[in-house]
Amino acid sequence: MDMPDTVTSTEASATGAIDGDYDDAIDYYTPGDPLVDMKAPDGPISERWQNRKFEARLVNPANRRKLSVIIVGTGLAGASAAATLGEAGYVVKTFCYQDSPRRAHSIAAQGGINAAKNYKEDGDSVHRLFYDTVKGGDYRSRESNVYRLAEVSTNIIDQCVAQGVPFAREYGGLLDNRSFGGVQVSRTFYARGQTGQQLLIGAYQAMERQVAAGTVTMYARHEMLELVVVDGKARGIIARDMVTGAVETHLADVVVIASGGYGNVFYLSTNAMGSNVTAAWRAHRKGAYMANPCYTQIHPTCIPVSGSHQSKLTLMSESLRNDGRIWVPKNQADCDKDPRDIPEEDRDYYLERIYPSFGNLVPRDIASRAAKNVCDEGRGVGPEVDGVRRGVYLDFADAIDRLGLDAVRSKYGNLFDMYARITGEDPYSVPMRIYPAVHYVMGGLWVDYDLQSTIPGLFVTGEANFSDHGANRLGASALMQGLADGYFVLPHTIRDYLADGPFEPISEDHPAVVEARDSVKQRIEHFLTVNGNRSVDSYHRELGNIMWEYCGMERSEDGLKKAIDLIRGLRDDFYRNVKVLGTSESLNQSLEKAGRVADFFELGELMCIDALNRRESCGGHFRAESQTEDGEALRHDEEFAYVAAWEWAGLDEKPILHKEDLVYTAIEMKQRSYK
Amino acid sequence: MNLTLKIWRQPDAASKGAMHTYELADVSPDMSFLEMLDVLNEQLNDRGEEPIAFDSDCREGICGTCGLMINGYAHGPEVTTTCQLHMRSFKDGETITIEPWRSDAFPVVKDLVVDRGALDRIVQAGGYVSVNTGSAPEAHSVPVPKDDADRAFNVATCIQCGACVAACPNGSASLFMGAKVTHLGLLPQGQPERDERVVNMVAQHDHEGFGGCTNIGSCTAACPKEIPLDVISQLNKDLRTAIRHGH
Repeated sequence: MDMPDTVTSTEASATGAIDGDYDDAIDYYTPGDPLVDMKAPDGPISERWQNRKFEARLVNPANRRKLSVIIVGTGLAGASAAATLGEAGYVVKTFCYQDSPRRAHSIAAQGGINAAKNYKEDGDSVHRLFYDTVKGGDYRSRESNVYRLAEVSTNIIDQCVAQGVPFAREYGGLLDNRSFGGVQVSRTFYARGQTGQQLLIGAYQAMERQVAAGTVTMYARHEMLELVVVDGKARGIIARDMVTGAVETHLADVVVIASGGYGNVFYLSTNAMGSNVTAAWRAHRKGAYMANPCYTQIHPTCIPVSGSHQSKLTLMSESLRNDGRIWVPKNQADCDKDPRDIPEEDRDYYLERIYPSFGNLVPRDIASRAAKNVCDEGRGVGPEVDGVRRGVYLDFADAIDRLGLDAVRSKYGNLFDMYARITGEDPYSVPMRIYPAVHYVMGGLWVDYDLQSTIPGLFVTGEANFSDHGANRLGASALMQGLADGYFVLPHTIRDYLADGPFEPISEDHPAVVEARDSVKQRIEHFLTVNGNRSVDSYHRELGNIMWEYCGMERSEDGLKKAIDLIRGLRDDFYRNVKVLGTSESLNQSLEKAGRVADFFELGELMCIDALNRRESCGGHFRAESQTEDGEALRHDEEFAYVAAWEWAGLDEKPILHKEDLVYTAIEMKQRSYK
Repeated sequence: MNLTLKIWRQPDAASKGAMHTYELADVSPDMSFLEMLDVLNEQLNDRGEEPIAFDSDCREGICGTCGLMINGYAHGPEVTTTCQLHMRSFKDGETITIEPWRSDAFPVVKDLVVDRGALDRIVQAGGYVSVNTGSAPEAHSVPVPKDDADRAFNVATCIQCGACVAACPNGSASLFMGAKVTHLGLLPQGQPERDERVVNMVAQHDHEGFGGCTNIGSCTAACPKEIPLDVISQLNKDLRTAIRHGH
């Protein structure tokens, strides 16, 4: 199917061309053929998904028990898919590194889940959710996918309610909604500040029901370490039993990767300690393209780092910005003073100053970058870590004066308690300190409209794929996408692939299987025998610092090139000098981390190359070379309205860039402004 | 702060374990308890001793992965998870004892890591509503009184960490089971399977080797999510009702 013949991005572009030679990354990659989504549907946007569901071939119920599916990851995207495919009668195996599938990091999502139910009759619709999501993604997502996401969002709420998810309700017994993340309609369903937890428990319980029914087999404390590709098709995985150390071969007709995002490449992030890129990266090395890896979301309201011992960062709900005022001292000399002693005229409420109409409620990326800028100027507050104070005040004194202490307590009490527990400070009397942290990645494995990667038989769902959020994700949309993919999209598209199965059985002695298994064993053996002098964590921390400094909130040509050199040097040193103790035949957490960090090195380099190539600012990606006179992000639609899909060419080889043009037929591209 | 740590070390499930003593200097009161163990592990790794295995993942108190017996208390002296406990809760010069969860139903995997798979199997026995994907009615077709929904939410915040079991002298998982039975029993969606749910979950619980509840209440005192003790009364009530119904 060809791309629809309609308005192209350039015709609707609101931005001009950039002058001269803008291909900063040309020395770092090899140009490849354009990429076309062969499953892209055409016709009116509202009919595309219905048509695709109809065209996707069916599998006879009697044949389903002869077809096997491997799912890697048991968060919202994985558990929901496992439950649904199990119910349909396929033979499903699921894998997670945690001790229970219910611990996947979807559980930590706080705010809520969007759905176009229009229960508030405030003008919401599928089309408006679609529009907001494309706009929020800064016109770098695929419109057909986003429309489908908005379309199935309503089914998700029905499904979750039927499972017993205890969403917040009004006194009449109906579901409550709130407005979230700056949108003007109330379409966010929530379960206090623990929506991700409740949705994940729902999906987990649905999956455990299938475990009991015998359609799903769960492998907890198992980590996928290699993808098995036979005759060009994904046919299984090599996984390590993290308790016994056994390297196991699991073969199937199709493989689904639902292993989440790779924010931990930055070492410090709001991700769980174990969140990693290994499953996705091993698939990438076997031929799955990696799309837009540089698109990272950095969340402005996290608790700052307290010292070099810091192991992870904790997010606090963005709702705090509704009433808190963000400031730093005007003078560096005041930065170590008690903030209550700094008079009003010596405070710089910088967001209110620079963005008078949106003030403290500017979008996440703008708030984050502004915080970094004032700290880089030396006006940050809080403890000095490695010589810099990285924190800004979030002050509720005015809100307490205006609303009263009780009102503030009832609105934000649980967040204030959490802050007090972690920092040991009382936010009712001393201003909170906040700083941005890596929170989510929009990039991921490239998938077509069917969620199939460039390897036939390898499907990718949830945060692990790239498809729906463009260059930035709206609040309360991650949960929506994970469950949309797992409950309502993948089960339809995967059957079209499985209709050709069962595929020819393969033996564990097949050369491709043996090669995959041997490479895993060699890697493990290597880490255990280097016996160098640095811990895995120390390398991870150093890699994270490089990524945060040069591929974080603001990226520049010089910085990215420097980062690539630094990463390559550090990676070489890692392979020669890492120290992993213990054996492979038992639980060995250092060994697990070594494999993950090794993959983060390669990913980090590709993220820098992707960021270097994209000399425009869009969504969460800000290039210093591409800003307006006022320092605002400047997109370049003529040059960059494409998905950058990277093909692995080998270690120390230049990756190959395939561009998929983005075409908008149902929406007009606009440049955003928050002034 | 300078601390003396007495920590349970056990190479694997089959081996015998023992307490080992470690001295740790320059601990910051702003560290979390697990960051303190990270620092110890870096020092052990540097001097060629294998790091201590312990479980943790989200480190923000929601995933339920972490859990240590600290000075004999599940999750230590504060009402929170081990990962949200900070060193300012301890004193300079203190000796801290760190052990894995203690229960026959939670065999030790290594050092401070235990196997809590038994809790997943209790959920498999009936801790769900049977509703296939796509078969759900419109979400607003069944109103739920706000009080019921709120209470269902409160008990559904259980993180399945196992602290209730570790704290219980009988090694009972009744608080965990009671929370799930109460959550689903309060909602209209949970009614059709209410009787068999409680019967099957309790049968699996006993089969796994968890002990019976004798209303001591250590579980609720240790629970980082403050699940109230009366969910166990609800569990027993639902069980009696189910038996009366002939289950």
